[in-house]
Amino acid sequence: MDTPAANLIELKNLSFAYDGQGAGGRLILDGVSLSIPRGKVTALMGASGGGKTTVLRIIGGQVKAQKGAALFDDSEIATLDAQGLYALRRRMGMLFQFGALFTDLSVFENVAFPLREHTDLPEALIRDVVLMKLNAVGLRGARDLMPSEISGGMARRVALARAIALDPDLVMYDEPFAGLDPISLGTAAKLIRELNDALGITSIIVSHDVDETLRIADKVVILANGKIAAQGTPDEVRHSADPLVQQFIHARAEGPVSLHYPGVSVAEDFGAGLPKMGGGR
Amino acid sequence: MSWFKPADVGFALRRELADWGRGARLFARLLGLAGPTFKRFGLVRDQIHFLGNYSLLIITVSGLFVGFVLALQGYYTLQRYGSSEALGLLVALSLVRELGPVVTALLFAGRAGTSLTAEIGLMRAGEQLAAMEMMAIDPVRRILAPRFWAAVIAMPLLAAVFSAVGILGGYVVGVLMIGVDGGAFWSQMQGGVDVWRDVGNGIIKSIVFGFTVSFVALLQGYLAQPTPEGVSRATTRTVVVASLAVLALDFMLTALMFSI
Repeated sequence: MDTPAANLIELKNLSFAYDGQGAGGRLILDGVSLSIPRGKVTALMGASGGGKTTVLRIIGGQVKAQKGAALFDDSEIATLDAQGLYALRRRMGMLFQFGALFTDLSVFENVAFPLREHTDLPEALIRDVVLMKLNAVGLRGARDLMPSEISGGMARRVALARAIALDPDLVMYDEPFAGLDPISLGTAAKLIRELNDALGITSIIVSHDVDETLRIADKVVILANGKIAAQGTPDEVRHSADPLVQQFIHARAEGPVSLHYPGVSVAEDFGAGLPKMGGGR
Repeated sequence: MSWFKPADVGFALRRELADWGRGARLFARLLGLAGPTFKRFGLVRDQIHFLGNYSLLIITVSGLFVGFVLALQGYYTLQRYGSSEALGLLVALSLVRELGPVVTALLFAGRAGTSLTAEIGLMRAGEQLAAMEMMAIDPVRRILAPRFWAAVIAMPLLAAVFSAVGILGGYVVGVLMIGVDGGAFWSQMQGGVDVWRDVGNGIIKSIVFGFTVSFVALLQGYLAQPTPEGVSRATTRTVVVASLAVLALDFMLTALMFSI
């Protein structure tokens, strides 16, 4: 048998635009090519609306790119039928931004859910697996609580336990740090790194928390305006000469990324005669 | 004419057509999932409990009062022609053929349909359905289909309860309060109500309404914009669309049943 390719995921020249009202939506991805190395933590960073989450959705097969190809273990995701896609998704875990726990089920049942749906394991074994996964995220003691009774940080850890319940090859984290206090944030980052190494999975983190993400990532990709602005190891990215990357890493307000959403010019909106308005007195 | 953009009309039309298409495909899938759904009957049972049992109170109380009123109004009309002993027949036929299925469906749309829509809509808003899809679990199969079939089963049962309680209500007002002869009340009913033509057609109606109301409720939840106002609009639409559909279908079914 061949040794598995070094990259679990290859994205080739992807272009994507959401279907918008009127003439053509805004182009979210514009010819993006990147690879996700197997067994590593890859971080996708960039300003909000930069297409990071869209990349996750393309990998998960939730949306299809208009142009280009997305390969998971050398199979093209967009051409799979429903059955093939579901088979593929059993090898992926995804952590949604706010956890997306099932609110009518307890913490234990949330983690048990994929096991009950996909396997015929006896109840005793399900219990052991669930408690093991909950232990890995430090929430074995919270098994009987309902999602409404736990904090946002805990909810995300429960969702993480649920995402790794079926021992996936790939775990995708959609903004795992958003809205967490500094302690939970540090714990979450450490957990992502440890789970990646201990379980031998491949991780993709979408985040804009620069410090925490650069600390735990093996590879960093910065997306801006639908294109890749920089990629490489955290050190390479930190020292990138690109002004856009520097603006992002150092969180500067001024730079190539503008505060304003593209629109008509100021003069057109407020009227060219703006300075004259005071003259009426 | 800068406000009129042909592209906008086309866009709206296309989106509307796409919604209809999505609806038709969802309906076909729900019907096709009958087998797998009933294999995991536990899920359907829980939903029958949730949708059916919790609707019992409103159905029973409404049935009772509709029966009271039917007896009063029926007696008022019948005694003009000196045939007030036919009151039992009038009450039973009105309930079994018409009011039982229709009023139950309208109440069910308001009581259970809205809760279905809100539940599905909020699950979508909380990304719970997306999370399920990413776990390779089909939300239509796991969440929608059990609710759909549970509502289809619950509806005729609720309609039967409604009619039965309504007839008892008619008895209380007609016989116990107004003083119509009790023997005539029951024997006229027994002789005049046909099992197939009257009871059977009523059951067929309520099964059709079960499909209608539960499908409308699930579709509205499934297509709802995942925002608070999207979900609230979807719940409103469930009541409006389901009620109108039930009334229109009722007319068509009645016309059809009269002709055969």
